[in-house]
Amino acid sequence: MSQLIWNGLFVGSFYALVALGYSMVYGIIKLLNFAHGDLYMLGAFSGFAMLGAMGGLVKSSSLVALFVVLILTMVATGLSGVVIERVAYRPLRGAPRLSLLITAVGASFALEYGTRIVAGPNPKVYQVRLDGTALHVLGALITWQQLALMAVSIVLMVALNLLITRTRQGRAMRAIALDPKACLLMGIDVDKVISRTFFIGSALAGAAGVMAGGYYGKIDFLMGFIIGLKAFTAAVIGGIGNIPGTMLGGLLLGLLESFGTHFVGGQWRDVFAFGFLILFLTVRPTGLLGERVTERV
Amino acid sequence: MLEVSDLEVSYGGVQALRGLSLTVGEGEIVALLGNNGAGKTTTLSAVSGLVRAGAGRITYEGDDITREAPPKIVGRGLVHVPEGRRVFSTLTVHDNLLLGGYLVRDAKELARRVDRAYALLPKLAERRSQQGGTLSGGEQQMLAIGRALVAGPRLLMLDEPSMGLAPLIVAAVMDVIRDINEDGTAVLLVEQNAKAALKIAHRGYVIENGRCVLDGPAADLAADARVVEAYLGGVA
Repeated sequence: MSQLIWNGLFVGSFYALVALGYSMVYGIIKLLNFAHGDLYMLGAFSGFAMLGAMGGLVKSSSLVALFVVLILTMVATGLSGVVIERVAYRPLRGAPRLSLLITAVGASFALEYGTRIVAGPNPKVYQVRLDGTALHVLGALITWQQLALMAVSIVLMVALNLLITRTRQGRAMRAIALDPKACLLMGIDVDKVISRTFFIGSALAGAAGVMAGGYYGKIDFLMGFIIGLKAFTAAVIGGIGNIPGTMLGGLLLGLLESFGTHFVGGQWRDVFAFGFLILFLTVRPTGLLGERVTERV
Repeated sequence: MLEVSDLEVSYGGVQALRGLSLTVGEGEIVALLGNNGAGKTTTLSAVSGLVRAGAGRITYEGDDITREAPPKIVGRGLVHVPEGRRVFSTLTVHDNLLLGGYLVRDAKELARRVDRAYALLPKLAERRSQQGGTLSGGEQQMLAIGRALVAGPRLLMLDEPSMGLAPLIVAAVMDVIRDINEDGTAVLLVEQNAKAALKIAHRGYVIENGRCVLDGPAADLAADARVVEAYLGGVA
């Protein structure tokens, strides 16, 4: 039982990291960024390339190496996100939402098959495996590496939440989500803040990608597709556009899958996830923490 | 301090302004009157950079700002309170005010300005942690004005601050505008409620079909037969 909870929370924290970028971008420009899952994939590949370049250095202290690679990858995927926004989405600002959505699907394919061209179609194996000694905590088997990854996820999420609720930048992001034109009149450089939002969201997805590479050990150029959909599901469950809600949604989705897989069978895992997506979209489209805005005019 | 000359603006083939000119001097309240669709809002939007001028020139304190981006114009102390108030509805009153001071990087200075806004608009202080969207119309207008004040305007442009408000509240809003002006801020006031606007304005312009058709001291305009007939007759 506690093992199921732990597994759920662990996988859920990956989902949450990816879902946050989804949710932030949706919140600020109302775009379902279908290329977002591919930034997770890009993160995994960039981590793979960096670990390869570091060669022998890696073996001795894999967790430290992974940590350095994690930071560098976050910068790399963050910048990729900024470029995608600049090239693919910004020119369409003010265009019908469907055009933007189709562009996002195009960006997703471009990233997937671009990676395929560069890195080849075959799955790659991470040089760093994180399957060390296990601890027993309340009856669950937990590895140190899992704990470390979980801790990194939590730190990233807490930092993001502080950024959004406490800082000037975060306030600007929340304001743009509500009324970008009014933001211009506050002196906010809306394009710049949107760029930064893409940077942060993409960096988080990249971080999740490296962590997933290190944890599962195998990566391929289509790995972002399903996680993108799962992250979208997590965001919808929690309330898309709502940051704490999205974190909750990610963890919840992880738990649902973990329990569902255990009681019904592994082949039903995705059915579970997307079944819940449909359930939420019909019953509570605003998600658990998303609220309808009441406004007096 | 603001000089608009021969301004032309069109929206996809429809010409909204056809050679509009006006000036606002240091410390003045200037009313911009006219019917719906005359081009009042477009004028303010062109000055604050939200819409591009097709032709003409806008200078502010001697600098040409015709093609400047809105954030830069705000930074110059030329601040626009838009039509419909555009309060950030799910953010708190306090966050709304802080956003008005987005360009103020010094935290102490920002806090000082926010406090000054609270002092001028005590109702807002009471509602500090309430969401902007839950305020009444009059309070939202006060919030929109307070938010603009935090930006530190030397020229404040207000678009229809009386819209949808009860007469008593309109009077309160006009009093606040006069107070702000007495502290040395110039005001360009767009209004359909000509009577209320001319009561506090020093000068006024009447615009029709995208150009000024009449201008002069507020008292003269209020007495002008054409203005009375067109804009003051029906308004109580």
